[in-house]
Amino acid sequence: MHKILLVIQREYLARVKKKSFLIATLLTPLIFPAIMGIFVWIAVQEKENQSLRIIEVIDETNLFFMESSEQYAFTSSIKDAEEAKKMVQEGERYGFLYIPKMDLTNPKGIQFYSIDNPNMNLMGYLEGALKRKIEDQRLYEKGIDPQVLKDIRTSIDIQSVTLGDEGEEKVNDATVNYALGFVSGILIYLFIFIYGNQIMQGVIEEKSSRIVEILVSSLRPFQLMMGKIVGIGAVGLTQFLIWVFLIGSLSSIVIGVLGMQMPQQQAMEMANPEFAQAAPDAGELSRILMVIDGIDFFALVTSFIFYFLGGYLLYGSLFAAIGSAVDAPSDAQQFMFPITIPLIVSYMGLFVFVLQDPNSTTSFWLSVIPLTSPIAMMGRISYGVPFWELALSMGLLIAGFLFTTWLAGKIYRIGILMHGTKPTYKILWKWVKASQ
Amino acid sequence: MLEIENLNKSYENHRALTDVSLFVPTGIIFGLLGPNGAGKTTLIRIINQIIEQDSGTVKIAGKVLSADDIRKIGYLPEERGLYKKMKVWDQLIYFARLKGLDQNEAKSKVKAWLDKLDIYSWRDKKIEDLSKGMAQKVQFISTVIHQPSILILDEPFSGFDPVNAEIIKNEILELKSNGTTVILSTHRMESVELLCDQVAMINRSRKILDGTIREIKSQFRPEVFEITLTSINNPLPQEWTPKQEGDFYEISLPLAGKSPNQLLSEMMEYGEVVSFRERIPTMEEIFIQQVKATANA
Repeated sequence: MHKILLVIQREYLARVKKKSFLIATLLTPLIFPAIMGIFVWIAVQEKENQSLRIIEVIDETNLFFMESSEQYAFTSSIKDAEEAKKMVQEGERYGFLYIPKMDLTNPKGIQFYSIDNPNMNLMGYLEGALKRKIEDQRLYEKGIDPQVLKDIRTSIDIQSVTLGDEGEEKVNDATVNYALGFVSGILIYLFIFIYGNQIMQGVIEEKSSRIVEILVSSLRPFQLMMGKIVGIGAVGLTQFLIWVFLIGSLSSIVIGVLGMQMPQQQAMEMANPEFAQAAPDAGELSRILMVIDGIDFFALVTSFIFYFLGGYLLYGSLFAAIGSAVDAPSDAQQFMFPITIPLIVSYMGLFVFVLQDPNSTTSFWLSVIPLTSPIAMMGRISYGVPFWELALSMGLLIAGFLFTTWLAGKIYRIGILMHGTKPTYKILWKWVKASQ
Repeated sequence: MLEIENLNKSYENHRALTDVSLFVPTGIIFGLLGPNGAGKTTLIRIINQIIEQDSGTVKIAGKVLSADDIRKIGYLPEERGLYKKMKVWDQLIYFARLKGLDQNEAKSKVKAWLDKLDIYSWRDKKIEDLSKGMAQKVQFISTVIHQPSILILDEPFSGFDPVNAEIIKNEILELKSNGTTVILSTHRMESVELLCDQVAMINRSRKILDGTIREIKSQFRPEVFEITLTSINNPLPQEWTPKQEGDFYEISLPLAGKSPNQLLSEMMEYGEVVSFRERIPTMEEIFIQQVKATANA
């Protein structure tokens, strides 16, 4: 045990002390707020700097009156299309919208001329405006007042409430649960891949530089393998916790700064959910807050850490076994299949099945089988999972990683001393069966 | 004292050791000889408990080797390896602690050895920044840092420049004089003759020879004498193929049933005998001869 601790300590410090660790740990969380900030800044700049763009309209149907906005002004001073095009070319007009005489039931032939490629925003704006006009026009033709239709339009917002065993009510919102499941599932997926690869690289380094022969004359190969897996896992956990802390605090700073630029109304809604509830169209926000309030975060965080570590240990030992069997990272590719396939299956399963319907049979099996459960179960947790299913899934995951660790240990202790052989699955299986 | 009794080990498709027994007394340098693939590394790995034998026992001081006895052994593998990105100091402390030394003990030992081999000023360098010779000194320290009573060195001089090889050779001799038992696995016969008190030769998984260097040499005497004659009065028979250098003639003759004295008096009839000595085989000759002999068997 004492020796495992020494290995853990070495693996941990050797990585944490590296400059690249420091840089990756500090810069990665800056990327998200930085990207957010850059987008906001660009948007603000664009709005401020943009001069009013004048668009010439020739409307042969005489039905459309385009309303000018902050960015676009519409004029219709000219009747000749060629002249309008020339004005666009000479830069007097930003663009030229040509509406030919057409059948309103099948509107075709509308064209927009400009020198730049017009952005999506403008095209969307023009299409939307024309569509509304045509629809209004057609309603009139059928004898319906568009205003009546507008008044009839109703927005519906169903509050989903689940009943617990003791009749306690809990407000739900699939969006929030979806987001939580999505983020935590992907985090576990990335963590397994990134740190699993580090285990493999570390094992290959020790094997190819022959340090391993000195090490295994001092401690059991199994101790060495476990020390490496746990040490690297601790590095990952450290990095993850620093990220959570940094992303959390930086994002709240960015949101805080942006919040000041928001209109008063929105800011107040953000700050005060009760006020928001009173405001008629703040229902969405208040519900999200109620849902977040209703989620058992203690259960969510503990199960996240459990599946995070369980999944890592399960796959980590397999990565170690592969590293021990090959002489160079390039040879490892052939054995990556059994690792990548279940990981990708659970990743796809998370989106296709679990997040769509957390209680379906497929979701159940994905979240119970140890190879897929670390990722799939995270998609279900925030919706609430029956206790026995959670217990079964966790129990199987523990059994699963004990099994893969045992299997990997068998391969590892022989593999690390083998040089120059190109192992196949058949050879690996022989190592597993070999007594020594 | 290390006793190895009837060790057997097979891998999937070949035998690595067949009934190998060795007795290594305390405080000597014991040479383990054999061509590549003979089974030396397997034997060493079994002593180091890196792999397990199929049958047979390894005993230290009369007791079967246990996991705790690992502390008593220092092992320098043929293929050297250190963590390239780790500092000299950290690395040696790590290896010392893995061998069971506590923090303070490890620190004082590492410092003492770095001073002794004159590389203390390099303690904060990473291995990748050291020259090969320096790195090998560090490697050697990592082997002896825990004061092992048995030191197993697999080709200890390979890759050393003559100056560093000499330093290491002297360290090995000093350890021996302090009572450490050294097992030296090598195919460099000159270092065997120079250092070893006893040797064992392994070929094709079997021990084919063991004993002190003197015993082995006398056992494999070819019974050939090298004679130098001058002032020839009778012509030498041509089948003796004498080599002439000025007035001196050198010949080597087998005893062929005669005693050395008989041969000498025979020679005296041909001229003045200036030198008459038995040809002693080098370990290298014995080694090659034995390997060939077992290969043909």
